[in-house]
Amino acid sequence: MTALLEARGLSKFFPARDGKGLVRAVNDVSLSLAPGETLGIVGESGCGKSTLARMLMRLIEPSEGKVLLEGEDLLSLAKGAMRQRRRDIQIVFQDPYASLDPRMSIAQIIAEPLDIHGIGTKAERAAKVKDLIDLVGLDPSAASRYPHEFSGGQRQRIGIARAIALEPKLVVLDEPVSALDVSIQSQILNLLDDLKSRLRLSYIFISHDLSVVQHVSDRVAVMYLGRIVEEGPAEAVLGAPRHPYTQALMSAIPEIDPTRRKSHQLLPGDPPNPENIPSGCPFHPRCPIAQDICRTEPPAFRTAGASRARCHFAGET
Amino acid sequence: MSDHALLRVEGLTVGFNTEQGPVRVTEDVSFELKAGHTLGLVGESGCGKSVTAQTIMRLLPSPPSRIDAGRILFEGKDLATASQREMQKIRGDRIGMVFQEPMTSLNPTLRIGEQIAEPLMLHRGMTRAKADEEVVKVLKQVGIGNAERRLLQYPHELSGGLRQRVMIAIAIICKPQLLIADEPTTALDVTIQAQIMELLKALQKELGLAVLLITHDLGMVAEMCETIAVMYAGRIVETGRTADVFARPHHPYTHGLLNSSPRRAKKGERLPSIPGLVPPPGARGTGCSFAARCPNVLERCRAEAPPLIPQGNDAAACWNPMP
Ligand SMILES: Nc1ncnc2c1ncn2[C@@H]1O[C@H](COP(=O)(O)OP(=O)(O)OP(=O)(O)O)[C@@H](O)[C@H]1O
Ligand SMILES: Nc1ncnc2c1ncn2[C@@H]1O[C@H](COP(=O)(O)OP(=O)(O)OP(=O)(O)O)[C@@H](O)[C@H]1O
Ligand code: SF4
Ligand code: SF4
Ligand SMILES: [Mg+2]
Ligand SMILES: [Mg+2]
Repeated sequence: MTALLEARGLSKFFPARDGKGLVRAVNDVSLSLAPGETLGIVGESGCGKSTLARMLMRLIEPSEGKVLLEGEDLLSLAKGAMRQRRRDIQIVFQDPYASLDPRMSIAQIIAEPLDIHGIGTKAERAAKVKDLIDLVGLDPSAASRYPHEFSGGQRQRIGIARAIALEPKLVVLDEPVSALDVSIQSQILNLLDDLKSRLRLSYIFISHDLSVVQHVSDRVAVMYLGRIVEEGPAEAVLGAPRHPYTQALMSAIPEIDPTRRKSHQLLPGDPPNPENIPSGCPFHPRCPIAQDICRTEPPAFRTAGASRARCHFAGET
Repeated sequence: MSDHALLRVEGLTVGFNTEQGPVRVTEDVSFELKAGHTLGLVGESGCGKSVTAQTIMRLLPSPPSRIDAGRILFEGKDLATASQREMQKIRGDRIGMVFQEPMTSLNPTLRIGEQIAEPLMLHRGMTRAKADEEVVKVLKQVGIGNAERRLLQYPHELSGGLRQRVMIAIAIICKPQLLIADEPTTALDVTIQAQIMELLKALQKELGLAVLLITHDLGMVAEMCETIAVMYAGRIVETGRTADVFARPHHPYTHGLLNSSPRRAKKGERLPSIPGLVPPPGARGTGCSFAARCPNVLERCRAEAPPLIPQGNDAAACWNPMP
């Protein structure tokens, strides 16, 4: 089966603030998403999750690499063709406060993608907006109201309605529930799950919350300093992580259930900055099991079953 | 027993004067914290956690804020009626504070060393040189290496995790009895969160600190706090020993909150969720403010707000608690 979306050797280098060096925000990332799948992307702040997401949608141009949507090279498309193709990939952003235009009514916000793509007659578009408002669980009266009248969770529903308006194949969710309270988070996660099966969507789900990612993902990719360090089926990567960084992430989650409580394996130091990536394995300054080789030799992926980890000693601990 | 409480908050009711008129944001909040113990105050955004913490410290300007009722007994003294001069003596000396966003509470124009030394100069009348000796010690205590170099840096030169360590250093340098930590790790990355949590645990033991930890992370409360108080829409709805409350929540809100965490759910299954939204202050109505979202609601709930009633080992404000 062809992958719905495939990234091959994607990199994004920004000029550093001092004008001299480079920020290696995303570095040689390859991944693939099957139709109907949810791929979770996790990692700490600044590891390149949003930059990767934006490249996958070609909202920013990669420095290197390819993005294939159903086998078609997105980067080779001219402007008009790309605009057509963008219907198939939509995005929902983290901040439900900043991502909606405060001067537009909810109906206008949701209708905008339909208007831009000239879909249907005016009456058909209005009917579609009504359906979408209903589908994401908002009250019909929402249509004529404005973003500031809504709570964070409701605004996220509006963002989701807008993202699915064009019936995309893939929705990129960039921290869709991070700004929400737990009780509202679960409402939105359930909504996303419903929509996925109803509309046969595929998701790329970006989050730094591992319990959320574990709940929603079929596959998971863990990023550190612009690279994927471990990737594979969610149960394998988060259930029995092989990369020391994934292991540390899992161990850092505070546990509610006292019978499952474990001691936290603490990583020293801060996540380093992508302007100054350590030699060898970029994780070596914080890695609890680093050896001499790690300081000089960048590790390649080692595979085990359906998952892979970029560590010289993956699976040996 | 209550006589040994270091901090006892009784019936604390706080409101604000707004353009739309006065609104109540906390209502009849009561809890106590013994010396050397930890209490977790949890609840969703806007429920009144920070207002409660800032009222204890008397940090809210009045007007617009008002303490409409209640007492805040700290070491036997009622802070609710203390003068700002008295509060200045207590803040940073007897009670230390750490907030969510260290960048907004640190002074961007002052070097780290000066900011950590300041409470000692203010409260202990130390010279800068004498204070600096203490500063080097406290930096080590909060896990900041390279102390001599760090002292000369400005807040923007530090990572988020280091800034939070600096805040903690400022909060503990006078060896307070009580530390109030308002979402101390919310803005930090997972691995840094774990570092700060372990640091707080270690300091709590080492210094015999009482800690009032405000968070929305139930896991953090489970690991750090002996007792918990759950807030909803301005009121404490359940309180007790953390282990008891988590093993057997009695308030339908606590029950729903624990269940809706994806940690507890099976993969692929729908998450149990609480329908609806938290009512904002001013729209909480009479009666129980959870009534509109509650699966156990009775007629009585809409008419009469429930007080905290003992339930098993804890106490819940509910007319029809979970069995
Ligand atoms: N336009 C830009 N110019 C320069 N650097 C950038 C630019 N956009 C992103 N970066 C840098 O690239 C790195 C990756 O950023 P990105 O936003 O992708 O991270 P992220 O994983 O999404 O983080 P977060 O969890 O905080 O959202 C960061 O160091 C960031 O500062
Ligand atoms: N100066 C003010 N004037 C009017 N209302 C206020 C003021 N400050 C806070 N409030 C209101 O008081 C309520 C409680 O706010 P508070 O900051 O204590 O919430 P919180 O529980 O700390 O939430 P969060 O988890 O988001 O930090 C909120 O509804 C808020 O809007
Ligand atoms: S390659 Fe070495 S430094 Fe990198 S994660 Fe593996 S053991 Fe640690
Ligand atoms: S008092 Fe009534 S509405 Fe309120 S939580 Fe209890 S059962 Fe539910
Ligand atoms: Mg991001
Ligand atoms: Mg707060």
